[in-house]
Amino acid sequence: MTLDRWIALVILLICLAYGYAAFFTMDHLLPPFMQRNPIWPSTFPKVLAVLASLTALVVLLGLEPAPKDKGTPDIDYRRLGDYKIGQALILLGLMVLYALMLRPAGFIIATILFITLSAVTLGERKFHFLVPIAALATGIVWWLVQGVLGIFLRPLPFFLG
Amino acid sequence: MIEGLMLGLSTAFSIQNILMVIGGCLIGTFIGMLPGLGPMSIIAIMIPVAISIGDPSAALILLAGVYYGAIFGGSTSSILLNAPGVAGTVATSFDGYPMARQGKAGKALTIAAIASFAGGSLGAIYLMIFAPALSSVALLFHSAEYFALMVLGLSAIAAFAGSGQVGKAILMTLVGLILATVGEGALFNMPRFTMGLMDLQSGLSFITLAMAMFALPEALFLVLNPARSKTEGGGGKIDNLRITRAEAKAIAPVVGRQSVQGFFIGVLPGAGATIASFLGYAVERNLAPKKEQEEFGKGSVKGLAAPETANNAACTGSFVPLLTLGIPGSGTTAILLGALIALNVTPGPRLMIDEPQIFWSVIISMYLGNLVLLVLNLPLIPYIAKILAVPRNYLIPFILFFTLMGAYIGQNNATELLLLVGLGVCATILRFADYPLAPLLIGFILGRMLEDNFARSMQLYGGIDFIWERPMTLGLLVLAVGLVLLPGFRARRAKARAAGVADGD
Repeated sequence: MTLDRWIALVILLICLAYGYAAFFTMDHLLPPFMQRNPIWPSTFPKVLAVLASLTALVVLLGLEPAPKDKGTPDIDYRRLGDYKIGQALILLGLMVLYALMLRPAGFIIATILFITLSAVTLGERKFHFLVPIAALATGIVWWLVQGVLGIFLRPLPFFLG
Repeated sequence: MIEGLMLGLSTAFSIQNILMVIGGCLIGTFIGMLPGLGPMSIIAIMIPVAISIGDPSAALILLAGVYYGAIFGGSTSSILLNAPGVAGTVATSFDGYPMARQGKAGKALTIAAIASFAGGSLGAIYLMIFAPALSSVALLFHSAEYFALMVLGLSAIAAFAGSGQVGKAILMTLVGLILATVGEGALFNMPRFTMGLMDLQSGLSFITLAMAMFALPEALFLVLNPARSKTEGGGGKIDNLRITRAEAKAIAPVVGRQSVQGFFIGVLPGAGATIASFLGYAVERNLAPKKEQEEFGKGSVKGLAAPETANNAACTGSFVPLLTLGIPGSGTTAILLGALIALNVTPGPRLMIDEPQIFWSVIISMYLGNLVLLVLNLPLIPYIAKILAVPRNYLIPFILFFTLMGAYIGQNNATELLLLVGLGVCATILRFADYPLAPLLIGFILGRMLEDNFARSMQLYGGIDFIWERPMTLGLLVLAVGLVLLPGFRARRAKARAAGVADGD
């Protein structure tokens, strides 16, 4: 089975779970006065669940004729090993780490580390350029966001205030 | 009108007001380039500055300049980084980014600047001529018509589906609509599908989803395949800023049509630049000959000019209900209304009579603003486009950083970053399997408005009778069906013709 059909299967399962929630778990929370309305909070989700399940089935069962000219894919997922998948996974890990560290480590340290480590992952080794650029960009963005726009960004780690 | 125009000219052309336009456009452009900061947040930030000026005309001129500048800045990040920070510039990335990847970043930015200028300037002319009459037309639109208009917006999916992909495009639209139902709805005020998570109470954020659908997969693709970061032409050298005579000839009718369509959509409260840009793209794709249709999504100049003209014309159009009725048609104009009230100006039918200098100077400043954007930005385009020449080892970390910041600033919540990464991975897998992602975002953007208007119409009419009882609703729905079916019908007719020729018919 091709990847697009696997994805259609996953979406179908999600739609079934969504539909189950819409059909069986939402309406009993409805206050009596709302039950007299022609439309309930579950009405739109019910319609969407049915339509999305049917459309997912169309894709899953391959009922639509395949395109004649598929062209060359951007990335061929069947040959993922030929690409720099390791670098991509490390960068995703760094993004998750950044999300978790942003508050406790503070914006400045977390951001400088994120930019520096991402560039190092991609092969950059000129630290005398990289670290000052990362620090400068971090400082400018922090000043713009906190100073100019007034959106709170804790600059330093929590134990430093 | 001539008297008012002269009054507006004398007010708008004062040194102070010219400086306001220039300053507003510059601030808007630079901050608008940062993903996550749309015109709404920039204008909100600028309100204290505007109020401190004291003069209502100058304040409104400054804020209008910021508004246009931010929309233009949003287009720049859409074209260069595939990171649309504003819903109104999502459609710009469909053809703008492929052009940038083909080494035509300079040309794409030039087309965007010219189309924005034309859309905004023509919109200002329509505003001047039609404002009073249109305000009464806009009032004829009720929730039923808005519902039909949203359906018309969703029918744009046909424009984003390649051959044999309509099923996938519809599925993605429905997934977008499903995602829009997460959180508390405006009408029901009850949390749905939040899985008990407080962070999902207010629903998913548009910026997070837009970044996850466009910017993050693009950055990951650049990592996976380093050859992608080398543009096809020029190798980072920006030398083709000028558009050819043939290109100008191709985009001229697009600009003409989309300035009118975008403006009228902008006049409707609640519709705005987003629907205008998607519909503009869809209509132009459907109107294009078969051969040109295939270029849409791959770097078509028409595909870039259409949403750029439409979104700027819609921005101008959104001033009609604001100035003539005192009704804000979008979040941005709602903030502008707040600023006007703070400046002791009451917008409404009497604004033109009681304070004509404000009304007319704002209209004149719109021409000025668009001209300033063009004059300031055209010479800067080679330098702006150099962003693409930044080495990959630096460009990718910064794209990722700005993507993360865009999502964080929008919600001020670190959970949003984890959502961004999760959704970004899903979007990358969907791209591997050639699922179009634009319909998902369109579904998400229009989903909440669609449900609210549908629910209101159902409650008013006690069922779906509103479809038959309101001719304008029916007309818009028929138009939506036509927009979806037209490409298929044309393809079938072309096939029949080709078969006829082959048979010697």
